[in-house]
Amino acid sequence: MPTITYCHPNGSRDVVDVVPGTTVMRGAVMNGIDGIVGECGGQAMCATCHVYVHSEFLDELPEPNDDEEEMLEETAAPRDEERSRLGCQLKMGSRIPAIVVDVPETQVAS
Amino acid sequence: MSGAGSGGAGRGAAAGVVILGGGQAGIQLADSLRAEGYPGAIDVFASETHLPYQRPPLSKDFIAEGADASALPLRADRFFSELDVTFHPGVTVSSLDRSARTVTTDTGEVFAYDVLVFATGARNRRLSIEGADLAGVHYLRTLDDAQELREELASARSALVVGGGFIGLEFAAGAAARGLDVTVLEQGERIMGRVLTPPMSSHFAGLHGAERIDIRLGEGIVALQGGGGPGGGRVTAGVGAGGEVYPADIVVVGIGVLPNAELADAAGLTVTNGIVVDAFLRTSDPSIYAIGDCCSYPNAHTGTMTRLESVQNAVDQAKVLAKTLTGTPIEYVELPWFWSQQGANKLQIAGMVDVAATTFTRGDPASGKFSVFCFRGDTLLGVESVNSTADHLAARRILGNRLPLTPAQAVDPAFDLKAYSRAAVAAA
Repeated sequence: MPTITYCHPNGSRDVVDVVPGTTVMRGAVMNGIDGIVGECGGQAMCATCHVYVHSEFLDELPEPNDDEEEMLEETAAPRDEERSRLGCQLKMGSRIPAIVVDVPETQVAS
Repeated sequence: MSGAGSGGAGRGAAAGVVILGGGQAGIQLADSLRAEGYPGAIDVFASETHLPYQRPPLSKDFIAEGADASALPLRADRFFSELDVTFHPGVTVSSLDRSARTVTTDTGEVFAYDVLVFATGARNRRLSIEGADLAGVHYLRTLDDAQELREELASARSALVVGGGFIGLEFAAGAAARGLDVTVLEQGERIMGRVLTPPMSSHFAGLHGAERIDIRLGEGIVALQGGGGPGGGRVTAGVGAGGEVYPADIVVVGIGVLPNAELADAAGLTVTNGIVVDAFLRTSDPSIYAIGDCCSYPNAHTGTMTRLESVQNAVDQAKVLAKTLTGTPIEYVELPWFWSQQGANKLQIAGMVDVAATTFTRGDPASGKFSVFCFRGDTLLGVESVNSTADHLAARRILGNRLPLTPAQAVDPAFDLKAYSRAAVAAA
């Protein structure tokens, strides 16, 4: 089973196993991982599933499409040009059997 | 804390907040109340037995071939215990005593409240024609609806969609992608006619037509035919107003919704197209509030009473109300925005378009990526974008901050909407 590791700003970690096809956003929402909201249900509409992917996994990820690019400009926490992605666009499977992401301080602009 | 009153006596001093409805609005309110530090009891009553789930994917991803069959939850299942919120699944509140400040459930239990919040949402309008109860006739709002439909989609070869609104067309696109022959009957002169401007409406008609979705405008439905058997059996076709017969293995009806406001009405609260609230989301009773699809509120952007069916409205109203209930009363002034995913096409709407107002198009519709700016005089009312998230996000900043924008700027490809909207917001 693919494994997603969520690293929190306070240093704690959550590790969850998911069925193939599960996105990083869905894995978090299903498992109650704090700090990932997924308000739009995974349509790249709300930028509340922003994560920073650990560098060693970046090569395996497909490039963000235009919509994701635009939403990444709108994240509540600062965008990291290299590592910022929307969790709803990162689908786990044979190509990405494991991933480690940092969860940002906030998902919701105040 | 069970919260259940004993002998119908209620809970006296520990009454707290009672939320009617476990959808996006109700759950967000419970969450935001705790986030804002509300210390009292919170009880959430939900008529469905499922844990709260996200509704938007049900008409999109959920019905796609090979999609994950589990609904996306609104929160993980430990949400309620962690936040000390008492969830009452499958329980409907059937009466309300405003003078005693109690509600009574359909099982006869009585709960006292300090504050009562209607987050009861809306339900589908139903067809009342011959054959409306045949097997294979579906509505699409709840998880149960979506699961039944999903099962039948596996073997169906043709679908008839009654109503050319968001839900009907989202489903139509999904069914066509699975290879079904799809016919859409729309009584009005254009699809999504109540919510979209004519240019955007006709663009989507073209997109769906190209996907071999047969859209019949100006066509109503007068009967559904069944294949016989006990109770009429399964649906086999719909009959149009002009007598044309549309064969179908499944029928999906999307003809709008009705606000769940009967309990409020029966209790004497003001109800006009939803439970009427003020800018603080308070009903005509100062202890009772309403949020989400069930409420009609003064829209700060249009100056009219408005009832919206959207996730954004439900979530943002809940967040604002949580602040009011924890001692920082604030008015609800958020800009409405909406989205619809129809096949590969993403439609996003910022503000409130007026279908009769003047429209200006930015970008080339033939490219599949453009926006329609809707003006009344010099005032920008709303912006519809298809596959143009950048335009949509800029439009939200422009409308939300009431920045000036002229039609000439809107249509000028050399005018950088995003830079303009950001600079103007930063300067404000």
